[in-house]
Order: sequence, then C-alpha cells, then structure tokens
Amino acid sequence: MKTMRNAGWEWLMAQRWLLPVLIAVGFVLAFAIPEYNLLNKYVQLVMMYVGINIILTVSLNLVNGYMGEFSLAHAGFMAVGAYTAALLTQKVLPVAAYPGLFPLAVLAGGLMAALLGLIVAVPSFKVRGDYLAIITLAFLMIVKSVIENIDYIGGPRGIPGIKRLTTLPWVFFWTVVSIWVVRNFVYSKYGRGVLSIREDEIASDLMSVNTRRVKFLAFMVSSFFAGIAGALFAHLLQFISPRVFDIIKTTDVLIMVYLGGIASIAGSIIGATVYTVLLELLRPSTVAAMLGWLPAVVFDPLNEYFIRHLGVWRMVIMPLALVLVMIFAPRGIMGLREFRWFIPRRDLDAHRRPTVHGGSHGAARSH
Amino acid sequence: MSEGIVYWLQQALNALQLGSIYALIALGYTMVYGILTMINFAHGDVFMIGAFFCFLAAVYLGLPFVPTLLLTMLGAALVGVMIERLAYKPLRHAPRVSAIITALGIGIFLENFTLALAPYPKNIPPLLENVTWDLGGVSLSSLQVIIIFLSLGLMFVLDYVVHRTPVGIAMRAISWDKTFVPLMGVPLDLIISVTFAIGAGLAGAAGTMYGLAYPVIDPYMGIMVGWKAFISAVVGGIGNIRGAMIGAFILGGVEIMVTAFFPSTYRDFVAFTLLLLLIVVRPYGILGQPRTQKV
Repeated sequence: MKTMRNAGWEWLMAQRWLLPVLIAVGFVLAFAIPEYNLLNKYVQLVMMYVGINIILTVSLNLVNGYMGEFSLAHAGFMAVGAYTAALLTQKVLPVAAYPGLFPLAVLAGGLMAALLGLIVAVPSFKVRGDYLAIITLAFLMIVKSVIENIDYIGGPRGIPGIKRLTTLPWVFFWTVVSIWVVRNFVYSKYGRGVLSIREDEIASDLMSVNTRRVKFLAFMVSSFFAGIAGALFAHLLQFISPRVFDIIKTTDVLIMVYLGGIASIAGSIIGATVYTVLLELLRPSTVAAMLGWLPAVVFDPLNEYFIRHLGVWRMVIMPLALVLVMIFAPRGIMGLREFRWFIPRRDLDAHRRPTVHGGSHGAARSH
Repeated sequence: MSEGIVYWLQQALNALQLGSIYALIALGYTMVYGILTMINFAHGDVFMIGAFFCFLAAVYLGLPFVPTLLLTMLGAALVGVMIERLAYKPLRHAPRVSAIITALGIGIFLENFTLALAPYPKNIPPLLENVTWDLGGVSLSSLQVIIIFLSLGLMFVLDYVVHRTPVGIAMRAISWDKTFVPLMGVPLDLIISVTFAIGAGLAGAAGTMYGLAYPVIDPYMGIMVGWKAFISAVVGGIGNIRGAMIGAFILGGVEIMVTAFFPSTYRDFVAFTLLLLLIVVRPYGILGQPRTQKV
C-alpha cells in the first residue's frame, strides 16, 4: 500500500477532527435515509448488513487478530445473542406497544453472549493454538445442538416471524459503539496485555501481565458484540434457526477478518464492507441493474445469461478472489496497520519514532 | 447370545465402519499438520470431491469397484497436489493464518464449484453385491467388512510407508526440521507434494467408501465429516499418525453409542462435550507429546 503514503492521504489522516464530524454526519444520514427514502430499500438493507458484519469483524479481530488466537465460536455467540433477544421481543417484552424496549433486548443478547464468552475464556488459560480452535469449535457445535434440542425455542425449526425492529440508526449506533469500545480496549493497559499475549504468552506472564484477566476481558468484549450483532441480525432477517449460525457463518466472519487484515480496526471495517458489498454486487439482479444502460439488443441476452449463471458462480468467484488476495497480500488489506484516526494521540508519537519492523512480529504501524 | 450383547456388538460394528472412514480422512489432516504445521481446512472437501469422482467413474465410465476406487484415489491425489502447489506453496513463508484462510477459501471454492456443476444430490449406484450375514443375531454386511478391512489395510500400508520406506523417513525428517534437512539432500517440495498426494488419496478412498455406505452425496457433505475427522486427529494428537487412527475410532464409537442410547439429536452435543473434557484433561491429545515452550 505504498501508493497510499502520498501527501494528500497524510494530510487527510492528520485531520483528526474529521472522525467525529464523519460520525455525526453518519448519524444524520442514518436517520435521514430511511425517513426520506434517499436510497432504495435494497441499498438500505445492504447497508445494515455491512454494519452488522463490521460489528462481527471488529469483535472477532480482538480475539483472532490482536490476541492471536484462532476462535471459531463467533457464530455461537451470535446465536446466543440472537435467540436471547428474539425470545425477549417475542415472548417477554411488549415491544409492539413500546418499541423503545428493543435496545433492552439487544443489550440482553449481548450480555448473555458475554457470559458465555467467560466460559470459553476458561479453557484458553491452559490451551492455545489449534487446540483452542477445537474448543471454540466444540462450543459452537454445543450451542447449536442445545438450541436444536430445546423445543420451547423452536428446536431445529427455529423462530419465525420475528418483528423487524432493526433500523439503520440502531445498526449505525452499535457499529460506532463496537469500534469505539474495541479501539479503546486495544489501546488501554489491557490492550497492551492482549498484544503481548499474541507475541509471547509465557514472556508476558513473566512480565507480570495478568494473562487470565486479560483473556477474560478480551473474550467478554468480543462475545458481547457478537451477541449484539446476532440480536440485530435476528431482527433484520426476521427468522432464525440453528442452521443460520453454523460453521459457515463463522467462516464468513473469519474471511472478513483476514481479508481486511489482523489487528487493525480500519482493516476490519474495510474487510467487512468489501466482502459484503462484493457478494451483493455479484448478485444477478444487481449486475442486471448496473448494466441497465446498455442497449436492449445487448442487455437482454446478457441479462438472461447472468440470471441463469451468476447466482451459483458468484460463490465460486468470491473464494477464488480471496485466495488470490491471500497469495499476493498474505496479511490482508490492512494487516497490522492502522488508520491514524483510530490511534490515540499519545500512541502516535511512539509510532513516529524509527522502529525496526519486520518478520511477523512488527508492531501496528500507522500511515 | 443375550439381546444386550447382540445390540452392543451390532453398534460396535457400526462404530468400526464410521470410525474407519473418519480415520482415513483424519490421516490427511494429521500428515499435513505434521509436515507443515498447517491445518488443511480444504481436506474435508477433497473427501467430497473423492465421492463425486467415484460417482463419475461408476455412472459415466461404468467401472466396477476396484478401478473406481483406484481412479478416485488417483483423482483426489491430483486435486490435493494441485491445491498444494497453487494455493499453499506461495504462502509457505507467510503468516500461518493466511494459509488457514486460503484453505477455507479453497474449501468454499470446491463446494460451490461442485454445486455449480452438480446442483442436485447424486446417487451412487451399488458397486458391490451386498450380502448380509446373520451371526447369532448380529447382522454383518459384506459392505461393512470391505469398508473396515480396506481402511485398516490402507492404514497399515501408510504406517509401513511412513516408518519403513525412504519417502516416509524423509517425511518424518522434514516434519522434524525444515531448515537443515533439505540441505542434506531431501527434496522439500517433492516430499510435501507426496504428503498431500497420500493424504488426498486416502480422503478419496474414504469418499468412495462413504458413497457406498451412504449413497446420497452432495457438495456440502465434506464440511461436517471433515470437521469430525479433524477432531479425531486432534483427539489422537495432531501430527501423530497412529493417534489419528485411534482418535477416529474413539469419535466414531462415541457418536454411534450416543445415537444408540439417546435421541439422535443429542449426538453432536455429547460427542463435542466429551471432546471438550478430553482436551481440558489432556490438551495434547492421546498420543501427542506436550512440547516445551521456550521464551
């Protein structure tokens, strides 16, 4: 990404006041777009999926990127959040009368997922690497299996007819909150601990990092936001079943994390956005809409061809593109680098000093 | 024989059948891990490709069992080597996770590529005449016997190759040290390709046998079976070939026994809970050696 290091970019990244302005503008837009139908319903839906995927990616990046573990449990935490929130809005809270209760349900979903995150954190004290990956995978399968076996919450059939309470402002709000919390966590004292665990757990233990507390916190924050994303997802899709949250969902989030680049908030945002938008762009109807300017003689046969073939082949093209990205940029788009906007001011000075970068252990770089 | 014993024996037989299929796939995971310390997440999909090769050979070429099996193993081995050369070799010096993500990507590619070509589940024709014997209440089918003995045979061949032949010695040497062993004249790239070929070939054989035992195949069949085989490899101690076989039979046994005594929906729950407990008690698997970590 040498090309990005030009003067204009440097200047832009130095304008730190732009970030709060962008957030404010984003909030105004998030309210205005659905209110005045500035964009069509489909684009609004995609925007909401992008937001949810950013929450998922940023939170998984905390454990998989910053802490260097390989967790596969994210879809499980999502399921816990989704089911908790959906059951609350369906059976407990009178959301029809008081839509203001929806955030409570979402919050409850996140808290429930965080609670289970604590349980997954315990084995991570003893076990690392591939074996921890197995433990998280087992956790995901157990969550799925438990949900399948409880008839009260629909068993394998799932919960249909969830009210559509997720709105663009809520998605935007939670996206900003998740980025803000993860960013502050990573640059806090505990965040240093998280990074030191990635580099060398035993050494950081010897340097008096309380690795247990750090792992507890990291898993809790990560699973909390997975639960939040699950709750939002459930009230957008309006139907959840155990099959929605299987290993394929986790794989999706993993791809977004590593496509964007590990240990980078900017990377998570880019990875989630690029992956989600590209998958949508490859839909036959989208391609047809984009080719609408072509004369009918060319457009009709092309359109027919795309509708017949692209639906299946887009899932062939996507993974191939991912493999190519990994071969030519093995660290992902922004691996171990960060927009200067997201780095606290006191850390920026530290980054300016000449340091030795290289190998897989380079510190987060700014540009 | 009393009814209880008959039931147990019957279930043990089923467990052996399932376990031997898991074992053949788990071997591929564990061999690749032993040499590259990389989890080849596309391996379960190579197994699926094997089942589809078996379908192609049996239906379109009309081949009998033995040529079908050999062709399937050969085809799967080729796919395995191609994946290694095109997708993993360029990443050998990249961070480990990039290779893992590439493997996940290749897996999704294989699934959807197959789905694009074969949108509906396929039926594998019965390639073997299935005779069922009744041994004092325990029913034993010739298919089961073939699956179990063929898998055991392949495992013994593999064990011999790894422990007694020059190729096997080279494989073990490389898994020990990747810097200095090649300096002594061991062709690194060739040995890695051979490892992938053997692992994928075994997965192909597993695909054929799975297709014969459970004849309906679809592009997503490799996901769950692949993860289960991976778990077997971990239970046995990943990187350890004999451990993978033991782990596979344990997992097969647990799954069958759970289905036999509880509602079948509890299968994954009990199997994975046991797995969790095992890992917490013995984090390096049954035959794995705990590695000392130096700071």
